[in-house]
Amino acid sequence: MHAGIIFLLVIIGSVLFHIFTPWYWTDIASNWGGMDDTITLTFWVGGGVFVAVCLFMIYCVFRYSHKEDRRAEYKPEDKKLEKILTWATTLGVAALLAPGLIIWNQYVNVPKNAIEVDVMAWQWGWQYRLPGADGKLGTTQVRNIADNNPFGINPDDPFGRDDIMVESDVINLENNRPVKILLRSVDVLHNWYVPQFRAKMDAVPGTVTFYWFEPNKVGEYEVLCAEYCGVGHYAMRGGVEVQDKGDYEVWLSEQETFEQLSARYEKLNMDVNKLAKK
Amino acid sequence: MSDEYNNNKSYQAQSSEVMDGSTGSVNPDIDYVRPAEVGEQDLYHGHSFIEKWVFCQDAKVIGVQYFLTAVFTGIVGLILSWLMRLQLGFPELAGFMTAEHYYQFVTMHGMIMVVYFLTALFLGGFGNYLIPLMVGARDMVFPYVNMLSFWMFFVAVAVLMASFFVPGGPTGAGWTLYPPQTILEGTPGSGMGILLMLISLSLFVIGFTMGGLNYMITILQARTRGMTLMRMPLTVWGIFTATVLAMLAFPALLVSAIMMTLDKVLQTSFFMPTILKAGEVLEYGGGSPILFQHLFWFFGHPEVYIVALPAFGIVSDLISVHARKNIFGYRMMVWAIVGIGGLSFFVWAHHMYVSGMNPWFGFFFATTTLIIAVPTAMKVYNWILTLWRGNIRINTVMLWCLGFIVTFVNGGITGIFLGNVSVDVPLSDTYFVIAHFHMVMGIAPLMVIMGAVYHWFPLVAGKMLHEGLGKWHFWITFLGAYSIYFPMHYLGFIGVPRRYFEMYDSPYMTSAVGMNEFISIAAFIVGAAQFILVFNIIKTLKTGKKAEQNPWKANSLEWYTSTVPPEHGNFGERLPVVHRWPYDFSVPGAKDDFIPQTTAPSEVIHTEVEKT
Repeated sequence: MHAGIIFLLVIIGSVLFHIFTPWYWTDIASNWGGMDDTITLTFWVGGGVFVAVCLFMIYCVFRYSHKEDRRAEYKPEDKKLEKILTWATTLGVAALLAPGLIIWNQYVNVPKNAIEVDVMAWQWGWQYRLPGADGKLGTTQVRNIADNNPFGINPDDPFGRDDIMVESDVINLENNRPVKILLRSVDVLHNWYVPQFRAKMDAVPGTVTFYWFEPNKVGEYEVLCAEYCGVGHYAMRGGVEVQDKGDYEVWLSEQETFEQLSARYEKLNMDVNKLAKK
Repeated sequence: MSDEYNNNKSYQAQSSEVMDGSTGSVNPDIDYVRPAEVGEQDLYHGHSFIEKWVFCQDAKVIGVQYFLTAVFTGIVGLILSWLMRLQLGFPELAGFMTAEHYYQFVTMHGMIMVVYFLTALFLGGFGNYLIPLMVGARDMVFPYVNMLSFWMFFVAVAVLMASFFVPGGPTGAGWTLYPPQTILEGTPGSGMGILLMLISLSLFVIGFTMGGLNYMITILQARTRGMTLMRMPLTVWGIFTATVLAMLAFPALLVSAIMMTLDKVLQTSFFMPTILKAGEVLEYGGGSPILFQHLFWFFGHPEVYIVALPAFGIVSDLISVHARKNIFGYRMMVWAIVGIGGLSFFVWAHHMYVSGMNPWFGFFFATTTLIIAVPTAMKVYNWILTLWRGNIRINTVMLWCLGFIVTFVNGGITGIFLGNVSVDVPLSDTYFVIAHFHMVMGIAPLMVIMGAVYHWFPLVAGKMLHEGLGKWHFWITFLGAYSIYFPMHYLGFIGVPRRYFEMYDSPYMTSAVGMNEFISIAAFIVGAAQFILVFNIIKTLKTGKKAEQNPWKANSLEWYTSTVPPEHGNFGERLPVVHRWPYDFSVPGAKDDFIPQTTAPSEVIHTEVEKT
């Protein structure tokens, strides 16, 4: 008897916890509200099943606990009941799967007007690059990486010259404009994750991965690494600042292109050489 | 009870019958059971202490050896979890712990609990002890190989534990060992630590293969007369299917361990692309880190079911015996076990939705993953329908079973979140995942293990564990574990990532501080409560009540041995002959509320028992 009551309290407690929890989603700041909705739907269906199964179990504990003079029912199989349960479950599962797949389809198809942002990860930090006026990122190679070429852009690639190099671990994004995040890593796995955007994807050395979202709330957000990358993993933070178009363009105009960066280093080198000669 | 057992002997095979193997002719006798086709196995009985208790060939002793070794690793894993929880809940008290330590503890905790504790305990421990007894065999078919299997496991554990004491300490790569970081500086233990881990895993797989062959072949070839596949207890079905999975899945782990060892030692590039480290380009190029993840999860997902299926099987038997009711839908349960086992090889990449693999895989793996929910749900329904209209003993064993149902359904439902590809995107790599898999493959199987310990202890030791202590053990463990993992899901909703040594002051993470303290306190209590069982066992062995034969009034063969605890050879002079499934409980018209598997149809002719 006590057992049934305690189990019942556990189930009631779980439901109350869910209703009154102060721990829940951060306010969403991207277009992926559909993910939240699917989670909510799964909560209703799955939570309902959980509560129903547990309540049925508790009912059995109360109703059929052992009595010496009673016998259990002897009925090895009930084909009809099993069939009903199988089909009901299949339907329920399909109802949850469908929205999941629909949203995944949106997730893997990047809108044409998305602006590309090249995120490069390393142990343990982030760097960003944006396409320049030509709208295209230059090709890169890990072996080209040097102080004057932090992304390893191929010097012969004309698309690379006007690429915008962001010398900060904070990237600015334009509000209400889809972003295609291109992820690269020079050493180990990383994952560029902003909880408020809901989306994430691993950065894998040796390949370029991607995902997209559309920020829709102006503000500053913290970037977390969401794939274990060694001892500095927990400290690998960065930032995003979502701005309105005007502010964003001001920020953009203040950034250096790859050409400018190269020139600056060349001048620096010349200065150093001059100093050495003197 | 013992009367009925003796009666059965008159139906058993005469040795001449066994040898001449006259099959084919139809015997009108309703008690007829086909004679055995091969003679009995010769057993090697140990002569010295070492042969009887150390290098022993008796599967029951080997089972206990596996059990105790696995429990030892489990206690190590438990202590590591305490250290992690200390850091997460009360970092000010964990000043001695660096981030390196923390990641090493996380890694070793995970690997120990999944492989060296749960897998070894279910298959090596329960498998060895129960398979021969439940199918009516005198021992495993290859007792010597079986003995080697345990000692290989023992060496694997020794190598694993040795990695705590090598320079640089054990690996801190996370239990998934994802390259490239696993073998690069920047990850703790990337020198000797990871090498010992890979060697230990390889030894484990080798040892496990020897055991696994034994479990499979014993179940397929050494069943006693009348023990058809569809009369086997679900425990045996669960362990059998899990073993088949393990034999197919572990090779993937073995090859990935070998390939990674080569990458580490000989600078091959199976998993290593061009890497820039501290300004230098390393001697690697062209390898694929994602290839490792595919191999790892091709092992890793079936591994989940290698732990879960024996738990499914065992809990079905415990529920049926203690609810005094036949398991509901036995055939469905068997096919669900086999179906889940088969499907478990087609779902591995649901661990990799955001790994950077081709995103189109997501559609396939989300579909297969949600399909596997259907047979799993059927099992849950059948457990609760077994309780329905039963005559349920609410004893310690049943409490663990009920605790299993609650935690398993909870963890199964959150699996539907994570399996459903786009829902996984915000939740993956957060505490939601930690909460999910601990609930479904940590706590739920642990509930079954505990139930099984209380259930079979009278058989193994001949004494009854103390019920009162058992109930305290259960309630503290169940309520404590539930209050660790249920709220933890909500940390995942906030977006708190896993494998974070420290949270710093991110606004949404500061709200997690209070919960982390609460979870840590619960974890300390739950861990400590496990020593109630240790105390209970020691106390029972010393002064406990002697168990009668078959104290739970069960039907399966392990309770009908010639002595309790069973001796080497299990069944005395004659092997039992089986006439029915093990679930004939509360048959209308029968004298008792159970009919043992050895009872011949002619003895219960007046009852309404169904043919099985």
